[in-house]
Amino acid sequence: MAEPILEVKNLDKRFGALVVSDDVTFDLQPGECHALIGPNGAGKTTLVHQISGLLAPDAGTIHFAGEDVTRLPVHARAARGLARTFQITAVVPGFTALDNTALAVQRRSGTSFRFWGNAAKEAALNEPAREALATVGLEAKAHVPAANLAHGEKRALELAIALAMQPKALLLDEPMAGVGHDEGRQLLAVLARLKAHVPMLLVEHDMHAVFSLADRISVLVYGRILASGDPEAVRADAEVRRAYLGEAA
Amino acid sequence: MSRTLSTTAPPRPTWQGLRLYSPAILVFLGLALVPTFASLGAENYILGLVTRLMILAIAAISLDLLLGHGGLVSFGHAAFLGLGAYTTGILLTEGVFQAELIVLAVIALSALFALVTGAVSLRTSGVYFIMITLAFGQMLFFAASSLAAYGGDDGLTLWDRADLFGTDLLHTRQGRFYATLAVLLATFVVVNAVVDSRFGRVLRAAKENPTRVAALGFDVFRFRLAAYVLAGTICGIAGMLSALQAEFVSPAIMSWQRSGELIVMVVLGGMATRNGALLGALAFVLLEVWLADLTVHWKLIFGPLLVLVVLYAKGGLAALLRPLTAEGRHG
Repeated sequence: MAEPILEVKNLDKRFGALVVSDDVTFDLQPGECHALIGPNGAGKTTLVHQISGLLAPDAGTIHFAGEDVTRLPVHARAARGLARTFQITAVVPGFTALDNTALAVQRRSGTSFRFWGNAAKEAALNEPAREALATVGLEAKAHVPAANLAHGEKRALELAIALAMQPKALLLDEPMAGVGHDEGRQLLAVLARLKAHVPMLLVEHDMHAVFSLADRISVLVYGRILASGDPEAVRADAEVRRAYLGEAA
Repeated sequence: MSRTLSTTAPPRPTWQGLRLYSPAILVFLGLALVPTFASLGAENYILGLVTRLMILAIAAISLDLLLGHGGLVSFGHAAFLGLGAYTTGILLTEGVFQAELIVLAVIALSALFALVTGAVSLRTSGVYFIMITLAFGQMLFFAASSLAAYGGDDGLTLWDRADLFGTDLLHTRQGRFYATLAVLLATFVVVNAVVDSRFGRVLRAAKENPTRVAALGFDVFRFRLAAYVLAGTICGIAGMLSALQAEFVSPAIMSWQRSGELIVMVVLGGMATRNGALLGALAFVLLEVWLADLTVHWKLIFGPLLVLVVLYAKGGLAALLRPLTAEGRHG
């Protein structure tokens, strides 16, 4: 196996008596989409928070691109190329879709400690931002404030922002959450296209999306990885069916 | 990048920029004419009043960078007025008369004070940030009150005037008026440019969604601290102008009520708008003068008026002028 881009080892996290991550070990290989599934409350979002740096683990390590990032703050991990989307849409509501995306470009394009010049007019920021918006099909909404976008469009904008960062890995926390059927199909197409560009850790409840995107699936139950393997193996695993898929069927 | 790419931002011709800033342009034109009209009568009073007004406008504009654009409710901004005023007063008393040296000292001390107190305050947020900035302000207030060598509670009268590059430009009321006008104009231009800049964009985004901005890879704390230092330094210069104008400094300049008044000016004018802080300071001082003329109980009128503005003119005076300026939300 190649050197993994993201490697989580023996991660433990407790909130009081509640164990939310119990000796979690998994990795993300270059070019791979690794899906993390599990019932509500299994600790998926908590795990994403620990990987992105919003929460500190009690024990264990997180390596990203060959570097130990376990103790690094959110912005330092993001600056190293670890991008994420949020389960609950997190964009800058007062900014247009273009400005939201251009802000992501700005991070990797020269210093942001520049106090003069109109940033909104910098073609070097707006052009890549526009391309990212086009990739997710939001080109026509470039000048609409994010607050006025439909829910599915906001989800797409999150992806555009993540794309604009040109990340080395992408953490997707339920990108399909609350999206309608038609919007969902479009988003799925976007995700399928993204897969070719960047390794993704996909947390998702939509099993159709998971099984059509994932190269590998890990099942998280009560903070523990119950099973891990290629989609067919996981689908066939009796324990997984009982713990999770059975509930949904 | 080719030439055509510059059309990606919605085009904003120059006249639209002029329109956006039209209230401020009118105010500046009016201010430039004040000395001419003041010479017709009550010159000293009018020049003094308008200079004081402009000094407060500089302070209010600098506060809006934190309050409006940064979402950081500093309740200790008047501390910088006091720091600038006392630095000026003490230096003049000790025989340093060169205004250019005084301004360097004011900038250095204000920036240092902002850096240290900002680094502590910005670890907190919300009500705690309000309280801790208030605490730092009060700390400086009591420090000044206990400066027995420089007047203590009673304040310090300045018997000497500052020379600007060896000239007596700052010796006259008119000279100080124009110097203050120049600093106000520079403050207005600089703060609005900063708001539009890459730096300003990160600051404004962090106001709305700091988690998102951190997840993009920006260290929000550093941007806020830089804004805090910039705003504090500008306000320190306003304090220096205040000492030169009044030829007197006292702890009252940095009382917590003064910090509150600066917030009121920004809210009255409209937070995070192009012209708001300038208009707010103007309206505040003129209302104060006018109402105080009517009755000694002017605060009984001023209070409810402020409540009405907050309730019915959300966005302050700038919002009322929006049909004129066509100011939208900017990203």
